[in-house]
Amino acid sequence: MSTATTPPPEVADKKPSKSASSKSSGVGENAGGANWAVKLFLLLVCLMWVVPVVGLLVTSLRNPSEANATGWWTVLKSPLDATQWTLDNYSEVATNNGMGRAFMNSLVVTLPATIIPIMIAAFAAYAFTFMEFKGRDVLFIVIVSLLVVPNQVALVPLLKLYGTFGLNGTFAAAWLAHIGFGMPLAVYILRNYMATLPRSLIESAKIDGASHWQTFWLLIVPLSTPALASFAIFQFLWVWNDLLVALLFIGPGENAPMTVQMAGLLGAQGQGWNLITAGGFFTMVLPLIVFLSLQRFFVSGMTSGAVKG
Amino acid sequence: MIFQLVNAVVAIVAGVLGALLLYSLLDRLAGLLPIKWEDRVKPYLYLVPATAAIGLFLIYPAVQTIIFSFYDRESIAFVGLDNYSELLSSPEFRQTLLNTLLWIAIVPAVTVALGLFIAVLSDRLKPGSEKTAKTIIFLPMAISMVGAGTIWKFIYEARPAGEPQIGLQNGVVTALGFDPVVWLQSQTLHLNSLFLMVILIWAQVGFSMVLLSAAVKGVPDETLEAARIDGANERQTFFRIVVPQIWPTVITVFITVLIGVMKVFDIPYVMTNGNFNTNVITLEFYNQLFTNGNGGYAAAIVVMLMLAVLPVMIYQVRQFRLQEAER
Repeated sequence: MSTATTPPPEVADKKPSKSASSKSSGVGENAGGANWAVKLFLLLVCLMWVVPVVGLLVTSLRNPSEANATGWWTVLKSPLDATQWTLDNYSEVATNNGMGRAFMNSLVVTLPATIIPIMIAAFAAYAFTFMEFKGRDVLFIVIVSLLVVPNQVALVPLLKLYGTFGLNGTFAAAWLAHIGFGMPLAVYILRNYMATLPRSLIESAKIDGASHWQTFWLLIVPLSTPALASFAIFQFLWVWNDLLVALLFIGPGENAPMTVQMAGLLGAQGQGWNLITAGGFFTMVLPLIVFLSLQRFFVSGMTSGAVKG
Repeated sequence: MIFQLVNAVVAIVAGVLGALLLYSLLDRLAGLLPIKWEDRVKPYLYLVPATAAIGLFLIYPAVQTIIFSFYDRESIAFVGLDNYSELLSSPEFRQTLLNTLLWIAIVPAVTVALGLFIAVLSDRLKPGSEKTAKTIIFLPMAISMVGAGTIWKFIYEARPAGEPQIGLQNGVVTALGFDPVVWLQSQTLHLNSLFLMVILIWAQVGFSMVLLSAAVKGVPDETLEAARIDGANERQTFFRIVVPQIWPTVITVFITVLIGVMKVFDIPYVMTNGNFNTNVITLEFYNQLFTNGNGGYAAAIVVMLMLAVLPVMIYQVRQFRLQEAER
């Protein structure tokens, strides 16, 4: 695990020499004390992360003929020349290439597949945390071990099962699959969070005569909001960005979500880069907004040790 | 379009209300029982929907997949170990396995090392710039692999020599006076596979950085002070004091990335579709299932993947047990 492997050339190129790295590998009690080598290195890293996205965005806003004839960086010579800019790529990719419909399809796939499992998982997590029953630990260990199991294990039989019920190609096929695949992670996150709630609170509710039903709805669910939110974001991003499940169970066609439509656009012959880049950026807009506005829930879910198989 | 959205709203409302109705029904049912029985039965009733979902969509199909892996392409006739022996004796599949092993050997290690390096260095910036740098590097976490593939396919785009290049990488190469290279078809030393790995590393370093940064910040200052008083230099302090304390996080990140790498499908699918010797097992699984229509091979490939994940699964369970014992 700790054996050194050769990093890909691109990454290796950007690393500073050994002497520079050893000098700066301290831990940050001296915030703001970075020397120029550290700043330069981090600037280069940030550029490596930003420039690819900027290239995509710039190209998606250029006229077709120019976007496909010259490098996007040539706009830097005359960025204010308004004649080279256009929004037509977006309207064309949304209508002619079906990305507008695909956007709606993605919403239709993602929203139910995000919201429905939360409640199911919350009940299970409540039972695991606050109720005593036989086989509790074994059952939870099974869920923990399922966290790392790749979803691929389920796909062939599900495809056959869906076939007998005529579900293939429908939204319901994707909803059900995502509810099942997301369940171990949902139960795991929620149970781990509920286990940190003060037990005395639940005990006193019990003494006051509250039923499990009341304790669950009036006490545990409101207190678990951060964990519910962090799972919701995970699941939203996971379903929105999923390609494999969508490709197998929905496939190309009028129900195709954005990832499937975009993969088709990338594979098609002779699509201009002006359209491909516009389509690519279109697929990212909503998840980026969700991610940036709810980043802190995402991070807290991550640091609680969630692994999705 | 409107119809579809209505469809989704109906699904959400029906799903949530349906679940609510189901639970309250189960709860009422338990309430009819004598009190002693109610407490015994209720936990199971709360668990039924979740376990049903997991059983129906993960456990049952997983078992079925194992069985299918011993059957022919139509899952009708029993063929014993034929699927496995045929796959493993085919040179193409061996090459696919080798490519997957390359991904496993390179991507998790580089992602952890680079993430740790960036976490430690950015810790030395002013808080404002640290936050900006981290957000930028973390951002690809929100993007789909298809989106990331789009971004990088554009960077690797190649035009014949003499024409102006529109892909950034060839733009740089030709500006330096070299001939453009068709990167995604350069098989020497698996160069094209490495370029695909760069995409996954680019997408996941932010995850590694955020977790490791939190761990590094959690290292108590006293331990660092003590090391310095004893005359340790920066390098010794880092490798002997900091690294041992953040090791559990390093392992967590490594495992998470490792699992992601084993299932990597989207990137090779959209970039090369496995051509030019960039195939990996999950893509081969997809192609066996769809292009070849061979359910037996597809199932056998997944079982191999499952076997490869098994050690990680055992480790995961052991870690969880330790964690619970401390609680």
